Amino acid sequence: MGKYIVKRILLAILTVFIICLITFFLMHAVPGGPFNKEKALSQATIEALNARYNLDKPVFQQFLLYMRNLFKGDFGVSLKNGREITAIIGESFPISAKLGFSAMVVALFFGTVFGSTAALMRNKLPDRLIVFFSTLFTAVPSFILATLLLLLFCIKLKWVPVWDANSNNYLLPVIALSAYPMAYITRLAKTSMLDALSQDYIRTARAKGVSKFKMIFKHALRNSLIPVITYAGPQIAYIITGSMVIETIFTVGGLGSKFVTAITNRDYTMIMATTIFLATLMVIANLICDLLYKLVDPRIKYD
Amino acid sequence: MNANETFKKNPLSLQLDLSKFSQESFIPATDEEKRQQGVMGESTTFFKDGMRKLFKNPLAVMSIILIGLILLVVIFAPMIVPYKYEEILSVNGVRDKGAKNLAPFTYSEKEQEFINNGGSRFPHIFGTDEQCRDYFIRVVYGTRISFFIGLFASIIVLIIGMLYGSISGYLGGKVDLVMMRIVDIIYSLPDMLMIILLSVVLNEVLKFSSGSLLAKLGTNMVSLFIVFGLLYWVGMARLIRGQILSIKENEYVLAAKSIGARPGRIIKKHILPNCLSVIIISTALQIPSAIFTESFLSFVGIGVKAPMPSLGSLANAAREGLQSYPYKLIFPAIVICLIVLSLNLLGDGLRDAFDPKLKR
Repeated sequence: MGKYIVKRILLAILTVFIICLITFFLMHAVPGGPFNKEKALSQATIEALNARYNLDKPVFQQFLLYMRNLFKGDFGVSLKNGREITAIIGESFPISAKLGFSAMVVALFFGTVFGSTAALMRNKLPDRLIVFFSTLFTAVPSFILATLLLLLFCIKLKWVPVWDANSNNYLLPVIALSAYPMAYITRLAKTSMLDALSQDYIRTARAKGVSKFKMIFKHALRNSLIPVITYAGPQIAYIITGSMVIETIFTVGGLGSKFVTAITNRDYTMIMATTIFLATLMVIANLICDLLYKLVDPRIKYD
Repeated sequence: MNANETFKKNPLSLQLDLSKFSQESFIPATDEEKRQQGVMGESTTFFKDGMRKLFKNPLAVMSIILIGLILLVVIFAPMIVPYKYEEILSVNGVRDKGAKNLAPFTYSEKEQEFINNGGSRFPHIFGTDEQCRDYFIRVVYGTRISFFIGLFASIIVLIIGMLYGSISGYLGGKVDLVMMRIVDIIYSLPDMLMIILLSVVLNEVLKFSSGSLLAKLGTNMVSLFIVFGLLYWVGMARLIRGQILSIKENEYVLAAKSIGARPGRIIKKHILPNCLSVIIISTALQIPSAIFTESFLSFVGIGVKAPMPSLGSLANAAREGLQSYPYKLIFPAIVICLIVLSLNLLGDGLRDAFDPKLKR
């Protein structure tokens, strides 16, 4: 077990390093420096600026400097508004994290509930309804769902106010963000619950006269949750990219919408910093999920 | 003289008592009766059997019909509708400025006048957009682009994944170990972020000669394909490697080896046909995921280059006048959902028909 954890952590660190490397060198492949403005600067000024920001050094040395600053938590400054990127991330990430975390909890909880219900009431009306809606929602891209929700509830029916700084209404963004993972988890939970219910230990429990409640919650549900946990890792990646779109549509001022704005503005330092930040987050989330998975299911070998 | 009278039957004997049968019981069967005995089904191939199962699945049949219909419209509509996707509407050669944001099946004042004077005008089935272009033809072209991207991206994934996976799986040993470590690392890279990053960079770096299809699609789409080629094949490679690893241990492969078949023949004749179903299924499921990715990128603003429409960019553009012209969002949204839904269902149907083991 210990060996497995160490190996997994080392792989994660390697991945983060590779991500930093790719991001840095890709951004450096973009032609034109940060000082190419409409108003041409004099050669001397450009050289002075390059020296000031270490841009006259070889690329690899620049990379090392960048990495050193990253370790100190310094992402540099935004090209467009000159603000510290660390500060931008610091103020916008909590909003995204709150949104993403809520969506994740909603998706996991309702996904498991719907999936298990469908499995327990197989081929009855609730099962058919759940299967119908989960199939439907895996085919709707999140940005379309979000726009439709906005159109229906904010504009036509006016039930929910449009997002602004005062009314932090997370309801619609959370629904839009969690719909796809919820539908997916529902399908996953249904099959794994059906699988668990057909196992020998369930038959034994029944033969022993265990109550239905205990059989479902103690024996079947626990075992059916394992595949759901495996999916939670990739799902975090989905939620992080999905939140870019959702935040933009609902004009939530989180990190996701900041990233989209940075892409539209071609704000390279901001794109670079956000990519590295979010990618590291995804790698860590995947790592935790993997370790948790091994911890929950003792049948898996620590390879 | 009767046989029963001559030989007294032992009461414990299990021999048939012939006296209980009449003479009619021993008439030879006619040819027709013989044929009725044959309960053997027609001999089928693996492919035929899978197709038969597929066509018994109503959801799969429905999605095949739906995809077929959408494809027919997408192929033939541009021949029937007299507008072009980038064409700004004009009446008698004069630009029609009133044809902005028309509702479905309505005409602008100028067009109405033209019709009243005896001219005929093709109806705007989905209305027009904010730049006075026929919206139906734009949705049709958007669907074309989305299909093209989905198909092309999954072919790229298929080719790279199949080559890599089968080499790794067949050679095994140290080669396999190293190749799979590379796959592990690529697999753990966040794909969407990498796509965005590459698109942003390649946009600045790549330049195409104008006029070619690639230039029309724009650098973003080319970078999307590059990213698919670089990152997305790992899932396919893993899948095929796993298949080959298990198939190569089968007795029939051993039998083929023992009678002296060469590796090339074994791969071609024994291994590939057996993992064909897995390949088909995952390619079918790859198409909707590529369409999803494209629409997401178009939404973020790094999708197909204007004026070329894609379903994602149309839906994104429709957000501008959402309050007044909701149908501009609804049409592309419905088309995306229908395509993805029917491809998903078809993929599920294929999986159930060709490979019941793979059932999730």
